Amino acid sequence: MTAADVTTALKEKFPQAAVRASLDWPAFNVPAAEALAVLKYLRDEFAFDLLTDVTAIDWSQGKSPRFTVVWHVFSTTQHTYVRLAADCPDDAAPAMPSATGLWPAANWHERETYDMFGIIFEGHPDLRRILMWEGYPYFPLRKEFPLAGIETDLPDVEVAAETKAGPIPAPMMGGPFVASSGQMGLAEAEPRAKDESWTESREKP
Amino acid sequence: MATDFSFPDSAAKVADAQAHARAVAQAGVPAATEFETEKMSLSMGPSHPSTHGVLRVQMELDGDTVTKAEPVVGYLHRGDEKIAENMTYNQFVPYTDRLDYLAPLANNVAYAIAVERLAKLELPPRGQAIRVIVCETARLSAHLMGLGAYGIDVGAWSVFLYTFTEREKLYKLFEELTGARFTTSYTRIGGVARDVPEGWIGRVDAFCDQFLPILEEILKLLTRNKIFLDRTEGIGVISKEDAIAYGLTGPNLRGSGVPLDLRKDKPYSGYEQYEFDVPVGSRGDCYDRYLVRGEEMRQSVRILKQAVAKFPGGEWYAKEARKIFAPPKDKILTSMEELIQNFMLVTEGPLMPAGEVYFEAENPKGALGFYVVSKGGGVPWRLKIRAPSFCNLSILPKVCVGAMISDVVSILGSLDFVMGECDR
Repeated sequence: MTAADVTTALKEKFPQAAVRASLDWPAFNVPAAEALAVLKYLRDEFAFDLLTDVTAIDWSQGKSPRFTVVWHVFSTTQHTYVRLAADCPDDAAPAMPSATGLWPAANWHERETYDMFGIIFEGHPDLRRILMWEGYPYFPLRKEFPLAGIETDLPDVEVAAETKAGPIPAPMMGGPFVASSGQMGLAEAEPRAKDESWTESREKP
Repeated sequence: MATDFSFPDSAAKVADAQAHARAVAQAGVPAATEFETEKMSLSMGPSHPSTHGVLRVQMELDGDTVTKAEPVVGYLHRGDEKIAENMTYNQFVPYTDRLDYLAPLANNVAYAIAVERLAKLELPPRGQAIRVIVCETARLSAHLMGLGAYGIDVGAWSVFLYTFTEREKLYKLFEELTGARFTTSYTRIGGVARDVPEGWIGRVDAFCDQFLPILEEILKLLTRNKIFLDRTEGIGVISKEDAIAYGLTGPNLRGSGVPLDLRKDKPYSGYEQYEFDVPVGSRGDCYDRYLVRGEEMRQSVRILKQAVAKFPGGEWYAKEARKIFAPPKDKILTSMEELIQNFMLVTEGPLMPAGEVYFEAENPKGALGFYVVSKGGGVPWRLKIRAPSFCNLSILPKVCVGAMISDVVSILGSLDFVMGECDR
């Protein structure tokens, strides 16, 4: 089985699947509704039996489609990867069918993706936050979420009442100074302070 | 004269007991409802010696038997992926140390290769050999740590003392090579930070020679140890199918009998030049996972001996890597061209082409993957870290059910996870 075999077979079975630009493994763009069927097809027909990773990309606020969910599957017999990507149809309330029925491995990966991006995996048996605590109000890997973090309440009400403390933004002091992602002119590419919400001279908002 | 030692009313008591026994015999044993147990919930961790870091396992117990186990992770979440989006590719190297902090050298290499695939860089043989050597020494040190801690978990203290002595020797080598013992940050994108010091290769060779007999001694302490066998054999069995379905990788997958080793099956950094075997388990229990790790150490030494024997000369960084990591310090201070280049690297970062790559390396804990999405420029748009410990832990709710509470300690130790990597 070669990459070309997978490509032709997939295109035949799923005419809506399009080849995705990739620098390494065969990659495909599929519509969200077809994602599960394609994953199942890859697993059953081409022995891509190991779901190594599920994640998402946020193309930033205002872009449409905004969220892309990406799966990486690996074959333990053929030793090759395939990348599958599907855009979430709704930018405001992103959702994607859950692959937990195909692989139990998808469970934690999807919980993490939900936790970080707020993408709802439909059909997931236990879609809770995993890295952040239950009740945390933000989705930290969304592009509009500041690097320094946002002040929130402690998850435990009793502890919060006792200590009167909670997670606060990291003291960035105007920094860090970083270049932006993307190819651009020198003027725009010049490193900028990413978080200028407060500095030593300016009060915390 | 015989003395009566019985209490004055003992005759009456005996009669009472006999009457009671008769009544019980007639009525049968008291109804079972009297002894019905209640389910108990127990929270193990996040600060517990056997959870190896800050893992919490929320369990439901029926007596001594676990009926439900729910790992609660995230106590060490630092947002590494968010941080990566806000700094240049070079700046992120030290953060990879803090993933699996027991094998930072191997993490550095995995990250560097992922970005090199994006930049289309190929290392010369010497650079690759250096990376193989640091990866295998990191594997040895990680497995030594894992084994020692596992010994303590199941009640074999002495193993830890042996493995830590050996690990210390490795850390001396790391210190000499990288200047740091723990968080090494040795690899650069397109090469390594500096060439190996004079005589270092010979010292790695000498370490291997003296290590092999000690390794046998260490493994002898456990392999046929009755107590260790009782604590691990048949405990925490993971079937081949489950291991694949839950996305396990590394020694945990191989312990279940799946011969998947990315060094063999998807070779990187010149691993295809070395001869080594991939050990697999037959039953998938804690004991098999221990055996696989033990054998992996022997194989690592085998790779190290080969790498040392044919250690190639030449450059230790890719030719085109000069656009990615800083020029030599003396050049920066004396040459205009290099000074400008260094300034651009520090401010903008190395200029990468747009595109996506996903690279997984066979790390001590399993397949550590980096998914890099670049829009061009010196900063990744998205960097996803696929942590093997995270995936390996996700099978815990399945494995622990039906086990005794003391077996949970044994299972946790055999999965050999690192929370720094799991939580990122």
